[in-house]
Amino acid sequence: MSSQALDLLTSQDYKWGFVTDIEQEAIPAGLNEDIIRLIAAKKNEPDWMVEWRLKAYRHWEKLEKSEAEPKWANVHYPSIDYQNMVYYSAPKTKDGLKSLDEVDPKLLETYEKLGIPLSEQKLLAGVAVDAVFDSVSVATTFKAKLAELGIIFCSFSEAVQEHPELVRTYLGSVVPYSDNFFAALNAAVFSDGSFCYVPKGVRCPMELSTYFRINAKNTGQFERTLIIAEEGSYVSYLEGCTAPMRDENQLHAAVVELVALDNAQIKYSTVQNWYPGDKEGKGGIYNFVTKRGKCLGKNSKISWTQVETGSAITWKYPSCILQGDNSIGEFYSVALTNNYQQADTGTKMIHIGKNTKSTIVSKGISAGHGQNSYRGLVKILKGATGARNYSQCDSLLMGDKCGAHTFPYLEVNNSTATVEHEASVSKISDDQLFYCKQRGISAEDAVSMIVSGFCKQVFRELPMEFAVEAQKLLGVSLEGSVG
Amino acid sequence: MLYIRNLHVSAAGHEILRGIDLTVNVGEVHAIMGPNGSGKSTLAQVLAGREDYEITAGEVLYEGKNLLAMAPEERAHEGIFLAFQYPVEIPGVSTTYFLRAAVNAIRKHRGLDELDAMDFLTVLRDKMRLVEMDQTLLSRPLNEGFSGGEKKRNEILQMAVLDPKLAILDETDSGLDIDALKVIAGGVNGLRSPERALIVITHYQRLLNYIVPDFVHVLVDGRIVKSGDKQLALELEQKGYGWIEEQVRGGQPVNS
Repeated sequence: MSSQALDLLTSQDYKWGFVTDIEQEAIPAGLNEDIIRLIAAKKNEPDWMVEWRLKAYRHWEKLEKSEAEPKWANVHYPSIDYQNMVYYSAPKTKDGLKSLDEVDPKLLETYEKLGIPLSEQKLLAGVAVDAVFDSVSVATTFKAKLAELGIIFCSFSEAVQEHPELVRTYLGSVVPYSDNFFAALNAAVFSDGSFCYVPKGVRCPMELSTYFRINAKNTGQFERTLIIAEEGSYVSYLEGCTAPMRDENQLHAAVVELVALDNAQIKYSTVQNWYPGDKEGKGGIYNFVTKRGKCLGKNSKISWTQVETGSAITWKYPSCILQGDNSIGEFYSVALTNNYQQADTGTKMIHIGKNTKSTIVSKGISAGHGQNSYRGLVKILKGATGARNYSQCDSLLMGDKCGAHTFPYLEVNNSTATVEHEASVSKISDDQLFYCKQRGISAEDAVSMIVSGFCKQVFRELPMEFAVEAQKLLGVSLEGSVG
Repeated sequence: MLYIRNLHVSAAGHEILRGIDLTVNVGEVHAIMGPNGSGKSTLAQVLAGREDYEITAGEVLYEGKNLLAMAPEERAHEGIFLAFQYPVEIPGVSTTYFLRAAVNAIRKHRGLDELDAMDFLTVLRDKMRLVEMDQTLLSRPLNEGFSGGEKKRNEILQMAVLDPKLAILDETDSGLDIDALKVIAGGVNGLRSPERALIVITHYQRLLNYIVPDFVHVLVDGRIVKSGDKQLALELEQKGYGWIEEQVRGGQPVNS
């Protein structure tokens, strides 16, 4: 791309980087059994929950001592001091918040500023929001309306209190605490998140969403989301996330578990916009997340769509375990790395049941010094007769200092399986840019249009309002990047 | 409208245009002909603002302004259109979306309101008749999987929609069969107007049977060596370029 086009594109600041000045209640830095008990006590958790956390902690401690923090990903960062981090921080609130009117106006203002008004009158009709601020859920909208249909949508903490039988049945059933280093850490210290249960035969009439916000300094965010779709139900869930601009890196290690029973369908969409660090690569969020869905029932379907534009480092593989016969797993991803951002992201599709199908569409965009890796596993087990997978990995490079890497792994143990893999690497050509400019379109708009076109297959999987947002976000994230 | 004097252009240290003089008035149609490698496409690209070339001497005025100081998109905003010899493909971006973005970029520059999708579609449908273009092409990604003829029709459609003051057609006839050529020529003729100038670059006289030019210029080795009316094109068709090249290289002045 010509240097003139490069010069034309000036950078724009991260718009979500402000800090909310609010009185926070935090626990001391460090991690040990007392800290775990303290977090559990703050949430007034039952013994089984505390025990589960402690088991997870002990497992993590072993992993930590044996230096089992995963190093296989194609990302590089200085080692994290887990004893120098705060594991719980929450805005001080009056006890027993009964309604949205009681939420601290400063918090409402924060979400308003982020474009997520929490008052139900102002909300986008058809989207219910659970707002998570640092370690706690501060508000959940449309709860009552959803409850009329038997849908439970609340904070994880509330679910532990109100629906312990459901939490106990499904917690860790998809991502056990022993799954990996960060999943173990999360299981030990997770402080909140969203919980959703859709009963048999119910089609959730609105989009459910969680908006994650990190505000406090030196604090990690460890949330857990659990979604259960009973037989024949349907739910579409969205999540968004932002954080203030800080010079220090902050850790976000979340776990998401999805369970779909017979004929159930879960659509999970993410627009991840954590602070990516500055142009020199200083600061930013380490986004080390374990997301997995289990198609437990026959004919069930789980579909992941992610647009990853933020974070200094992304380490994330939303996966599907296709256990039920005829179940379907999908993964649609756009990952963008600009400046010094690094992403190692992809999916695992584990085919267990007969005639299971999976589709993977991954679009990686690298700009600046960004490093973008797709890592995916398609595993067809012996019993998965008639399994099919289609994978497509496309990379778009902008400039000559960035990198795109693809690590596809295939394990096929059933000869009736059909597995297809396509990959491409492209650049925005001078010819394309000149053509657009000759038609009167500025270089910036041309780049943004070409990138949107590149991502179209993924964007069309997003709910409407989200697709528009994602497209805009991509434009902003790319500004100042093109070379 | 367009005034080119002593234009010298190099690419990678190699001089391609070696002193072009050309004046185009509004309402006129000029044909530029010449053998392969004579610099025809370079002239088109330089007028449209391609940055890969070095202008070593000369000047180009467009409506009295220094064209060479303008960015490519500014030139487009001011009414210059280039129908590309090799139109690019943009995956995932529909022809309609692309063209609307272009129209609105130009409208914005002219202080007009942007056209919404419905209004734009009305304009587009109207113009499509001009080039007999299949409507299904509009929802497909720009030029992706289009045949050679479809790509060229698409160029003329864009010209019709963008309504330029000066349109440069760079070998729009190349790779077309006779039926497609007639359709495209018909489209171009429909766009001839006293308010618009056209520069038609072509290798063959064939196109000029359908788009009849007011002036014909012959470009050889980076210079316009002969100018005349449409008869010159017919002469070239009969005799080829050889005799002119010989005269030029032999150092003899060429008189028309």
